[in-house]
Amino acid sequence: MTLDVKRIRRDFPILSRTVHGRPLVYLDNAATSQKPRQVIDALTRYYTQFNANIHRGIHTLAEEATAAYEAVRERTAQFIHAPSARAIVFTRNATEAINLFANAWGRKHLRSGDQILLSEMEHHSNLVPWQLLARATGASLAFLKISDDGRLRLEELDDLLTPRTKLVAITHMSNVLGTINPIERIVERAHARGALVVVDAAQSAPHLPLDVQRLGADALAFSSHKMLGPTGVGVLYAREELLETMDPFLGGGEMISDVQLTSSTWNDIPWKFEAGTPNIADVIAFGEALAYLERIGLTDIRAHERDLTAYAMKRLGEIEDLALYGPPNGAADRGGVVSFNLAGLHPHDVGTVLDAEGVAIRAGHHCAKPLMRRLGVVATARASFYLYNTKEEVDGLVEAVRAAQAFFGKPARVTSR
Amino acid sequence: MIEQLDELYREVILDHFKNPSHSGDLPGAHIKAEGTNPLCGDEVTFYLTIDDGRVAQARFQGKGCVISQAASSMFAGQLEGKTLNDATRLIDAMKGLMQGRDPDPSVDLGDLEALAGVRKFPVRVKCAALSWNVVEQGLQDYRAGHRS
Repeated sequence: MTLDVKRIRRDFPILSRTVHGRPLVYLDNAATSQKPRQVIDALTRYYTQFNANIHRGIHTLAEEATAAYEAVRERTAQFIHAPSARAIVFTRNATEAINLFANAWGRKHLRSGDQILLSEMEHHSNLVPWQLLARATGASLAFLKISDDGRLRLEELDDLLTPRTKLVAITHMSNVLGTINPIERIVERAHARGALVVVDAAQSAPHLPLDVQRLGADALAFSSHKMLGPTGVGVLYAREELLETMDPFLGGGEMISDVQLTSSTWNDIPWKFEAGTPNIADVIAFGEALAYLERIGLTDIRAHERDLTAYAMKRLGEIEDLALYGPPNGAADRGGVVSFNLAGLHPHDVGTVLDAEGVAIRAGHHCAKPLMRRLGVVATARASFYLYNTKEEVDGLVEAVRAAQAFFGKPARVTSR
Repeated sequence: MIEQLDELYREVILDHFKNPSHSGDLPGAHIKAEGTNPLCGDEVTFYLTIDDGRVAQARFQGKGCVISQAASSMFAGQLEGKTLNDATRLIDAMKGLMQGRDPDPSVDLGDLEALAGVRKFPVRVKCAALSWNVVEQGLQDYRAGHRS
């Protein structure tokens, strides 16, 4: 089934605005997605009809808000095929979800001499929390390298998995290369060596059907704002047995069962990990985002993005002096993220010209500095797609890239000094 | 919008980017200062020799966007021959220019005046400012070293 993109676009009010007098071409979806009317309306509905603090009121508004909030926990569990909503913890974003697991699991279970295995393609959010944990526990970090086509060198995995490896933390989909990593194979081998696997699904959850049980992930993190939902909501999924053994991450209201002056006992999971008043409004609106994605269907969204990505890579590949990064065009493990560079030009200059043409892309290191070093660049330009993007917008991108080359390449400008 | 781009990327700026003056290192420099824009990956290192309270020679090395590299090239050229105090006045004038203030007429900006258009692109101001921020730090360290 192909997507009815025209109809989908009507749900996103922002897509009808102009930028510098040009229709907006929004290709920065890996940074954050736009929001449909349904999500925006859910925020208004909550604040105008049942705004109340949850889990503690005995009045009608509090009951309604609590029911709506907890219903999203159920929906989130179903969305990623988690066995139970008890395995779903709401956080601020994927970064906080990873930090929560690193602290609450890691500080309890890791010892000096243990090892954490990461990869060269990690976003800072799946790298720095483990650096902090390693520093706190005396554990060390090891890295799975990538090949020149932007894939993990899985042939080295078995050598890197040692009896000291207690945890593997790996991205499901690279926010720079678009590579979709074979999590199931990594989990199988890590589990065989007794190591847990944490998956950074910030880029995959919005774009692919996700089944945490089939992946075999022990924990997995993602963010609402990259998948049509509001900012300020992240999700940590972790197997219930793990959550049960973990100490709280933050202390405060809501996460306790009983409090004495000098000690406390903890609430049940998952509430043990949600100290203080949570982001009630945005969680409830996130539920609408999940409903929207389910209605369209992740399988069809993925197919649409594969088409767009293949078309974009083909058209960009025809441009002279343009380098593309990541797995080759058409590969099954290629997501809808296309990083590129123009010879002799910094991506920021490219991004400025594209912006003048109404085309929004990301230019920079994408919070993946070690990966930039591995690629031998300081930064890349990156276009990333979502369900509402069209081939005409890809054409707009290609024209704007050519305009950037023409702008900086005018022969008259190369003058002697 | 393309006209506005011409304001950002003035002819003289593109010239400095393509054919930078004052690029290279300076063995025996009295001041070596480096800095980066962590968000963009712009990098620049300045080398200054100081003779009798003046900047005798200024060179820079770096990589990054047109604005950061052209600004470094123009700024290095403008620094040469200035007393340390005049160098500081030049830095203040450039900061003012980026904030939309009319520069002190007694400070000769030379080619640097071409950077006036950058302030209409707020996200790019830090690209231009990298060069004088780096040199400002270098001058501070140098002065501190000479006081003690």
